[in-house]
Amino acid sequence: MDGFDPVLLARWQFAFTVSFHIIFPAFTIGLASYLAVLEALWLATGRASFLSLFNYWKKIFAVTFAMGVVSGLVMSYQFGTNWSVFADKAGPVIGPLMGYEVLTAFFLEAGFLGVMLFGLNKVGRGLHFIATLMVAIGTFISAFWILSANSWMQTPDGHAINAAGQFTPVDWWAIIFNPSFPYRLVHMVIAAYLTTALVVGAVGAWHLLRDKMNEPARVMFSMAMWMLALVAPVQILAGDMHGLNTIEHQPAKIAAMEGHFETRAGAPLILFGWPDMEAEETLYEIAIPQLGSLILTHDWNGVVNGLKEWPREDRPNALIVFWSFRIMVGLGFLMLGLGLWSLWGRLRRRLYDMRLLHIAALLMGPMGFVAVLAGWVTTEAGRQPYTVYGLLRTSESAAPVAAEAVAASLLAFIIVYFAVFGAGTFYLLRLMAKTPHRDEPDNPSDAHLRSAGIVPAPALESVGELQSHPETRP
Amino acid sequence: MIFDLAFIWAGIIAFAVLAYVVMDGFDLGIGILFPFYKSEAERDRMMNSVAPVWDGNETWLVLGGGGLFAVFPLAYAIIMPALYAPIIIMLLALVFRGVAFEFRWRTTRGKFLWDWSFALGSLAATFTQGIALGTIVQGIPVADRAYAGGWWNWLTLFSLFTGLALVVGYALLGATWLILKTEGQLQDRSYRFARILGPATLILIGLVSLWTPFLEPLYMERWFTWPRMLYTIPVPLLVAAAAYLLLNGLVRRQERTPFLASLALFILSFIGIGISFYPYIVPPTLTISDAAAPDESLGFLLVGAVVLVPIILAYTGYAYWVFRGKVGTEGYH
Repeated sequence: MDGFDPVLLARWQFAFTVSFHIIFPAFTIGLASYLAVLEALWLATGRASFLSLFNYWKKIFAVTFAMGVVSGLVMSYQFGTNWSVFADKAGPVIGPLMGYEVLTAFFLEAGFLGVMLFGLNKVGRGLHFIATLMVAIGTFISAFWILSANSWMQTPDGHAINAAGQFTPVDWWAIIFNPSFPYRLVHMVIAAYLTTALVVGAVGAWHLLRDKMNEPARVMFSMAMWMLALVAPVQILAGDMHGLNTIEHQPAKIAAMEGHFETRAGAPLILFGWPDMEAEETLYEIAIPQLGSLILTHDWNGVVNGLKEWPREDRPNALIVFWSFRIMVGLGFLMLGLGLWSLWGRLRRRLYDMRLLHIAALLMGPMGFVAVLAGWVTTEAGRQPYTVYGLLRTSESAAPVAAEAVAASLLAFIIVYFAVFGAGTFYLLRLMAKTPHRDEPDNPSDAHLRSAGIVPAPALESVGELQSHPETRP
Repeated sequence: MIFDLAFIWAGIIAFAVLAYVVMDGFDLGIGILFPFYKSEAERDRMMNSVAPVWDGNETWLVLGGGGLFAVFPLAYAIIMPALYAPIIIMLLALVFRGVAFEFRWRTTRGKFLWDWSFALGSLAATFTQGIALGTIVQGIPVADRAYAGGWWNWLTLFSLFTGLALVVGYALLGATWLILKTEGQLQDRSYRFARILGPATLILIGLVSLWTPFLEPLYMERWFTWPRMLYTIPVPLLVAAAAYLLLNGLVRRQERTPFLASLALFILSFIGIGISFYPYIVPPTLTISDAAAPDESLGFLLVGAVVLVPIILAYTGYAYWVFRGKVGTEGYH
């Protein structure tokens, strides 16, 4: 049966588990930096709102981090269970990069997270701020290694191939800083910041809609809107540069993203359409003449390659990539729009009174996650039909596991993830729905969140605190 | 050569797995025993006795898996498909029990759900880890750099038996941990469980040890040929000593000895497996040096491991030191 192709099922399984997983780190990378900024502002100004916000978001951070840990555990085994041939062949290059990620994350988890959740009162301001900074830096280092490994799969460099068909490292510098890595790292880290800003902005907006005088809600809303206004344009620029880098190294991916089948000089920019892989054309297209060449080559008459340059079996699926790319870009411009709208509100000194703006910010709350996922679909589906671009085919990477086994485990992952992370999201939303108060208590983590680090301090802190906890809201 | 990078790494990975067994064993064991302690107050205390450390404990498993991928990619690529179903079940079980630590405190209506997810997750994770061990011990068929068996090969009487043995053994670790960390009724109950689980564990270790040499001529040769036996005989002797300390400690109601003696049983069993396996990493075909990544990979990651692993160990030691002593009656809450 066609639908029971084990490679396709394994791809679905990887896509599903990694998509769930990426949501948590995307949020924790941004939130860790936000916490560091809040604490720095509090130390610099002494304003109570910053400390309240720090304590408010710290709890949310801890729950998110824990879900990231358990979903990440799954990822470290997926390469072996479903992609064992890939693991054997690319392991000598990819493995150590992931190994560094594990060691770094481990180190971070074991150390500074515990101190950060521990609470200010126990360790003193200086040490506590250093811990918060280290958590932020640690999440960044984690992202660094993972994205390096991912980018190497997109634009492999610095390796040789041995007699057993394994990729072997020759030049670690060239492997780590492979051609697409700097662009992908910048694009992803900014994406994490924007995603976090949208969540923080939505939570702020929600509480402003209920009480526009709430001081911490005002502060978080304003900070989030600054972030969007300033960083969304930077992201658009970074995305453009990433695209130019992709043209150089993975032109077939760009052709799929743009929906171009024919190679043309002065190619149009196709806004919408339906790329048909069978018919080798984009149906129902709405296009702007010449603009495609201008954007991609920065020249009105530049030549843009179409998918027909590659044999059919070497083409990524344009239908998926074309649309996921448009979702990402569309959301990026909406983020920019929200940022500009808030600037206008600020100019009129009505930032906290514009209900429509608040509603818009609320609706945009989850859109950062959608954009991140759409972006990953674009880059990963666009890498197909290879796992290591141009060198190792996806069809030759999968484990020798029966389709039934992959199907059964995929089903199990779907059920368990929706149940468990659904409950987790529910608890997170409940934390976010709590009104932030001016004097948000500095209980490190509600006692029970201490499992997020092995330093036991938070647990010691919280004697007698449990009585005041859950189900405080109906 | 002993100072070969591949052997250094084999030692580090073995250490990570042992650290995982030693540290997560009692914490899974508490989950296994969870349904046998009925009162909510007792359950809170049980959970509190491991809550601060479970996450750190479990990260050794990531290090074991991630490390295997990095430095023995071929072994990783063969073992994971061979253990497909047990590994997937273990991961899902760990998800359930892991989030239970967080979610259990976030709800009162749903608390019983997370109690069950903690207990069943711990049980399933342990059982599948035991199956995984049994599957590797009984030998994994390899052809052409890949796993050559079916996806039910792991299911044998032997692997089910090692699964059962690990469940009983981890439960013993859990019970003796509770003896160490609690007092009063909870401790009394734990003594009663440990007095059943202790002898049961010893019997199971004995049966698995007798069964194993018949699975593979290599193991038989290791343990029962003269003069090799001279090197291996201390292991069973030390097991006997640990068994005595455990049983004697339980009878005399000592608090620390039963836990330490149980840990010693696990460490000795682990060493025993190491003796059987060496120099293989996937018996009976793949040796440590066959499976190793090139030296450039091993050396590159070793730099990080040499710096970070000792720091991690220091933190872990610090955490356990801060948490020494009994879990208070009112708990940490």
